[in-house]
Amino acid sequence: MRLHLKVWRQHDADDRGAMRSYDVDDASPDMSFLELLDVLNEKLTTEGEEPVAFDHDCREGICGACSMVIDGQPHGPEKATTTCQLHLRHFRDGDTITVEPFRAGSFPVVKDLVVDRSAFDRIIAAGGYVSAPTGSAPDAHAVPVPKDQADRAFTAAACIGCGACVAACPNGSASLFLGAKITHLGELPQGQPERDSRVLAMVAEHDAAGFGGCTNTGECADACPKEIPLDVISQLNRDYLAARRSRRRSA
Amino acid sequence: MSYADYTLGDPIADTAAPDGPIETRWERRRFGVRLVNPANKRKLHVIVVGTGLAGGSAAATLAELGYRVSAFCYQDSPRRAHSIAAQGGINAAKNYRNDGDSVYRLFYDTVKGGDFRARESNVHRLAEISRQIIDQCVAQGVPFAREYGGLLDNRSFGGAQVSRTFYARGQTGQQLLLGAYQALERQVDAGGVTMYPRHEMLELIVVDGHARGIVARDLITGETRSHLADAVVLASGGYGNVFFLSTNAKGCNVTASWRAHRKGALFANPCFTQIHPTCILVSGDHQSKLTLMSESLRNDGRVWVPLRKGDDRDPNAIPEAERDYFLERQYPAFGNLVPRDIASRAAKNVCDEGRGVGPGGLGVFLDFAEVIDRLGRPAVEAKYGNLFQMYQRITGEDPYRVPMRIYPAVHYTMGGLWVDYDLQSTIPGLFVVGEANFSDHGANRLGASALMQGLADGYFVLPTTIGDYLARVGHEPVDRDHPAVLEAEADVAQRIDTLLSINGSRTVDSFHRELGHLMWEHCGMERTEAGLRKALDRIPELRKEFWEDVRVPGTGVELNQSLERAGRVGDFFELAELMCLDALHRNESCGGHFRAESQTPDGEAARDDEHFSYAAAWEFTGRGEAPVLHKEDLTFEYVAPTQRSYK
Repeated sequence: MRLHLKVWRQHDADDRGAMRSYDVDDASPDMSFLELLDVLNEKLTTEGEEPVAFDHDCREGICGACSMVIDGQPHGPEKATTTCQLHLRHFRDGDTITVEPFRAGSFPVVKDLVVDRSAFDRIIAAGGYVSAPTGSAPDAHAVPVPKDQADRAFTAAACIGCGACVAACPNGSASLFLGAKITHLGELPQGQPERDSRVLAMVAEHDAAGFGGCTNTGECADACPKEIPLDVISQLNRDYLAARRSRRRSA
Repeated sequence: MSYADYTLGDPIADTAAPDGPIETRWERRRFGVRLVNPANKRKLHVIVVGTGLAGGSAAATLAELGYRVSAFCYQDSPRRAHSIAAQGGINAAKNYRNDGDSVYRLFYDTVKGGDFRARESNVHRLAEISRQIIDQCVAQGVPFAREYGGLLDNRSFGGAQVSRTFYARGQTGQQLLLGAYQALERQVDAGGVTMYPRHEMLELIVVDGHARGIVARDLITGETRSHLADAVVLASGGYGNVFFLSTNAKGCNVTASWRAHRKGALFANPCFTQIHPTCILVSGDHQSKLTLMSESLRNDGRVWVPLRKGDDRDPNAIPEAERDYFLERQYPAFGNLVPRDIASRAAKNVCDEGRGVGPGGLGVFLDFAEVIDRLGRPAVEAKYGNLFQMYQRITGEDPYRVPMRIYPAVHYTMGGLWVDYDLQSTIPGLFVVGEANFSDHGANRLGASALMQGLADGYFVLPTTIGDYLARVGHEPVDRDHPAVLEAEADVAQRIDTLLSINGSRTVDSFHRELGHLMWEHCGMERTEAGLRKALDRIPELRKEFWEDVRVPGTGVELNQSLERAGRVGDFFELAELMCLDALHRNESCGGHFRAESQTPDGEAARDDEHFSYAAAWEFTGRGEAPVLHKEDLTFEYVAPTQRSYK
């Protein structure tokens, strides 16, 4: 396959950046999209140009490192598929493909296609956990969890923290990411004692990091490679309001 | 003197393991450790390198205990460590199925599965702790699979006849890692852990014989800096990427371990690598990594090839009578659930006979028709849905309709830095946990045991044993201008300068691919003396070419991914040579190490306990210089070594 790439190049955070055009003549339909970038980078390196920087690691759709917008869509055109598992058989010979970093004010560009998503870690640090210090646990069967609750918790917990939801959202909101963690822990009995404090602290950190509010456009769930359902945001909102109310009552 | 003319050093006399009844060894060790006064823990600083299951859980737990922790990872977030990709599950001797499981049986299975090349004391401790791990993870909110009654579900895994594997669909590693990551972030928020993401350890700092810090490079700014502490924990994973193509993440590397090895830590059993039987086939020269299909699929999938050579009919058109379910035929007791090393070699053998399927005849079928027929598609979807999806995404084929095609690939490394019972390396103050150490799996790891070991080390073992070291040594702070610190910094700076100034004609990846190919060819699934000697001749030549002709664009003071890779490949070259030497010297077959010269009449691995019942711990003497071999003799007081049989 012969493909034309238009790739965002930006030397560092302070550089203005620009799109640059490249041709790859020897792509194969069995390649993953990242392997296409590997081929391009080998070519650039041999020709004395700087290769394109991009985040990637597991290349099997689970680490959440890859973070590019392909033809205007985070992770590209295939539904429920991360960039590393997007294969070129979904493109046609001769296609022109644009490749940009995830765009959001809270995800500043570091270089080329690499962005800084450390705000996600700060949101988790604010309350995205169950306080269960090592050694303090009762037997695993002490508390049964109904299967449907466990399954719903799992579905939400499958979030890989890639940030596609933020990149897809017109408001740059991380509500899907946030709602996924709130739902995961909120569905489980182990998550109940900190349910209120968790949602308040995580929302405060989300807002402080500059992520926007949710206006229910649903772009996030559409772009999510793990198909986190939109209703985790309903749970987020419900839990947030309940926590605010109970705070006011106890104040 | 050539590299292969290694010398024999003193045997390892003390493994710090208590003797006496094995059931109470860990209990007695825990009672024997000196404790650190809680008020003093705040003054003690521990560095943890790597934030996977072992490192993440260790960092979180050490901070919970009150130590000051600095945690480092090369990824942009600790949540992305490669433990995240583990699919199948985690073993624990809970006996929730009432099917005869026990701590002793898990211990027995693991010692036997490791082909009698692991230390009994460590393995027993692992089996004991396995139960607490599940409790801990459930308390953290890890969403394990459950039955309708609300209790935890289990599945079977290779190498075991009981059902002791806990799982979270096909994403068990992800869910366990997120549990550890969340515990870690909780400590970050509480101020107990300082997190250094996008940092790579490039050197170990050893002061007066003790590990006292690391030199790390900030991958964004390129700045290299020393970080000093009272002890260092390496949790930096395995070295499977020496083969270039493996199921490891692209960034996985041996640098942290190798730098410690060069500073005096012995490296044990480097040739013990695990080839996983069920990976998606290579599709072409562009291939950058391999993707595993969880071993749990062998619970219900049946492995077969056509009976006839070169039969390239559509698999669904091949009648039952013309199929060879070779695992079921050769190993009727365990069938498709034989351990990984055995399943991999059996697949290689049928392909060598010319009965393989797919490109180049390097594949076998993994067929789900029978289970779909028996349980219905929805039940199969619930169990394996995401794995089937992943397969389809990568290959473009629908495994509900046509059998998967799989082939073995490098997956895990049992070898690693040598550690004693306390998980301390031969450098005092340097502890090694998880896949980075050599400790528990012998010559072959059983499925669902990596997650168990990582979390046992990180949550329970290390936080106890490191306290004993810290209570005993009472370190004075190290001066930033200490000659050992300056020397480590200068070494790092010089290596980076060298890589950037060669400005040759070949890319880093081209060297890495060539090295990987060489290793797969000669130090892969089957090893021979001639092949290993050939590799030992070729590796130093290729390494020399690398240091003369590699091209690393860009500078050292910016994000430079080529430079990161170049440093890692430079270390892989040195490791590769040691792996081949270790494989050459171990003139027996055991577990994942199969020497063609040492097999039984029916082609199984023939162990040689008389000569090789030891862990081979190698001492570094210089790049390309013959190393020194130290043997840790293995004694089996509880599980008598036998020829492993899964027939």
